[in-house]
Amino acid sequence: MGNKRGNFFTITCIFIGMMLSTQMVNAQNLIKGKKIFETRCLVCHQADGGGVPNMNPPLDGSTAVNGKDIARMVKIIKNGLDERVAIDGMYYNNAMIAMPDLTAENIADVLSYIRNSWSNKAGLVSLAQVNGALVKNKSNKK
Amino acid sequence: MKKGLTLCCLALCINAVSGIAQDNAGLTLPAGFKANLFAENVGSARHIAITKSGVLFAKLNYPNKEGNSIVRLEDANQDGIAEKISGWGKYGGTGIYVKGNSLYASSNEAIFKYELNSKDEVVNPLSPVTIVSGLIDRRQHNSKSITFDKANNIYVNIGAYSNACQTKDRTPGSEGMKPCPILDSAGGIWKFDGSKANQTYKDGKRYATGLRNVVGLDWNTATNQLFVAQHGRDQLNTFFPNLYTDAQNAELPAETFYAINEGDNAGWPYVYYDPSQHKKMVAPEYGGDGKKEGSNEFKDPAVAFPAHMAPMGVLFYTGNQFPEKYKNGAFISFHGSWNRAPLPQEGFFVAFVPFKDGKATGEWEIFANGFAGVENGVKVTNTSKAKARPCGLAQGPDGSIYVSDDTKGSIFKISYLK
Ligand code: HEC
Repeated sequence: MGNKRGNFFTITCIFIGMMLSTQMVNAQNLIKGKKIFETRCLVCHQADGGGVPNMNPPLDGSTAVNGKDIARMVKIIKNGLDERVAIDGMYYNNAMIAMPDLTAENIADVLSYIRNSWSNKAGLVSLAQVNGALVKNKSNKK
Repeated sequence: MKKGLTLCCLALCINAVSGIAQDNAGLTLPAGFKANLFAENVGSARHIAITKSGVLFAKLNYPNKEGNSIVRLEDANQDGIAEKISGWGKYGGTGIYVKGNSLYASSNEAIFKYELNSKDEVVNPLSPVTIVSGLIDRRQHNSKSITFDKANNIYVNIGAYSNACQTKDRTPGSEGMKPCPILDSAGGIWKFDGSKANQTYKDGKRYATGLRNVVGLDWNTATNQLFVAQHGRDQLNTFFPNLYTDAQNAELPAETFYAINEGDNAGWPYVYYDPSQHKKMVAPEYGGDGKKEGSNEFKDPAVAFPAHMAPMGVLFYTGNQFPEKYKNGAFISFHGSWNRAPLPQEGFFVAFVPFKDGKATGEWEIFANGFAGVENGVKVTNTSKAKARPCGLAQGPDGSIYVSDDTKGSIFKISYLK
């Protein structure tokens, strides 16, 4: 029995070892993203990403958060959002503050985290994608 | 075996208890009270008002699935459940009030007046009289809650479109503006003439100031005085982590209930009320550090409630149905918090504030609990998981009280059985 468990352990180790190079980066990103979420976003969007009715929108299940327009998400986090806009058909009265102090890496991590938490299953966001979005947003502004 | 039996009995007992609770529409109430669902799924029901014949009007935050933003509910067969339900109106809002044969309702920037016929039906649903318009709506704290004095004056909340009047709202390091320019047109209670059409700011009067956002307010007819419940400022810990821990933010500042006289200043944004020190403290945006006491020119609350619970409705009880202790006391509904996170949330109940000789005794108790739909003793951690969030309060002609929920649109009726 002990032997069997040992075998299983070895196999698992090899398996993990094979995945390590790619997976580790991702897991690291998600851990860092979670930390940023907890200190900067949780207060409004809540631990379960469910938001607060009429005040702060849910990130869990959000079409935009799970969507392809990464540049817009980057812009919301960097510049804030305080407009009367429908989010999945509902309106929210609070203001999302700008967070200019977050680095491109911070934004990539927190976006990766919110796109892969709760029921969300979207692609991770890379540093290159965020940098691209920041350049794009800047030129759009001009 | 014996143990098994005891366990079995216990389970039965628990079942029986929760069975009783279910009978009260899931609410826990003091002995002798019962509750039932007067209506369900009416829409995002904010404040409610009841006519002398018992017809209930609910103001919705958004038009419901029928496309109406004011709903009329009538319990014609008197079984405690509304069966005649209709509606009209396209504008979202919070305020609603029945005054004689008039029904007043507010959007987030105006107050309208409708006329009721002898059956308490609205005569002019599509052509109300505009009483006041042009009130500031910048999304944050935009509920124009209303109440009336005996002389037909309207008192309307114009909430501050800001958390703490920083140069840049909710931005770490941004200083508080002094004087706070928001207070010229918001952050207070304005008084208007309830019988005059087409008023704007210049026709009204700033009756009280330094009130960040008042959703619940009522005129105490026993003492002829306005009472308001303020939503205290948010996020002391997120903006000033070196001054306030998460645990301190969860308890600071108090949600405050004030007895208002004309000209009063409750001190927002310059001070907040610390319920454990029983003191007004200088807000950190204005140089405070959690220890510096605020100026005495600002008003003290009549009652201080735990932080962030969000008082939504105030109702002075004038009925004869409830036991004597409730007479001329105040019910206050609490929506339930969000800014206590990461700590568990609080609120989601209706409190009662006893009054003696026209003054709040300072004590308060939970009157109706269980709206959130979580098991007894379990806390709501994430606000959106609360099944119902108490909002509006109104008293029926028989002395029962009604509580609206703006999440699922339930209206609870609470009565006392002698
Ligand atoms: C002060 C409260 C607050 C904080 C803190 C906050 N948000 Fe928001 N967030 C909001 C509000 C309110 C909106 C909607 C604003 C509007 O409708 O104008 C929003 C919108 C968003 C959206 C758009 C959602 C959609 O479905 O379109 C995203 C994404 C988002 N926030 C992510 C974050 C992240 C990530 C953080 C932390 C780095 C964060 N927010 C911190 C309040 C907040």
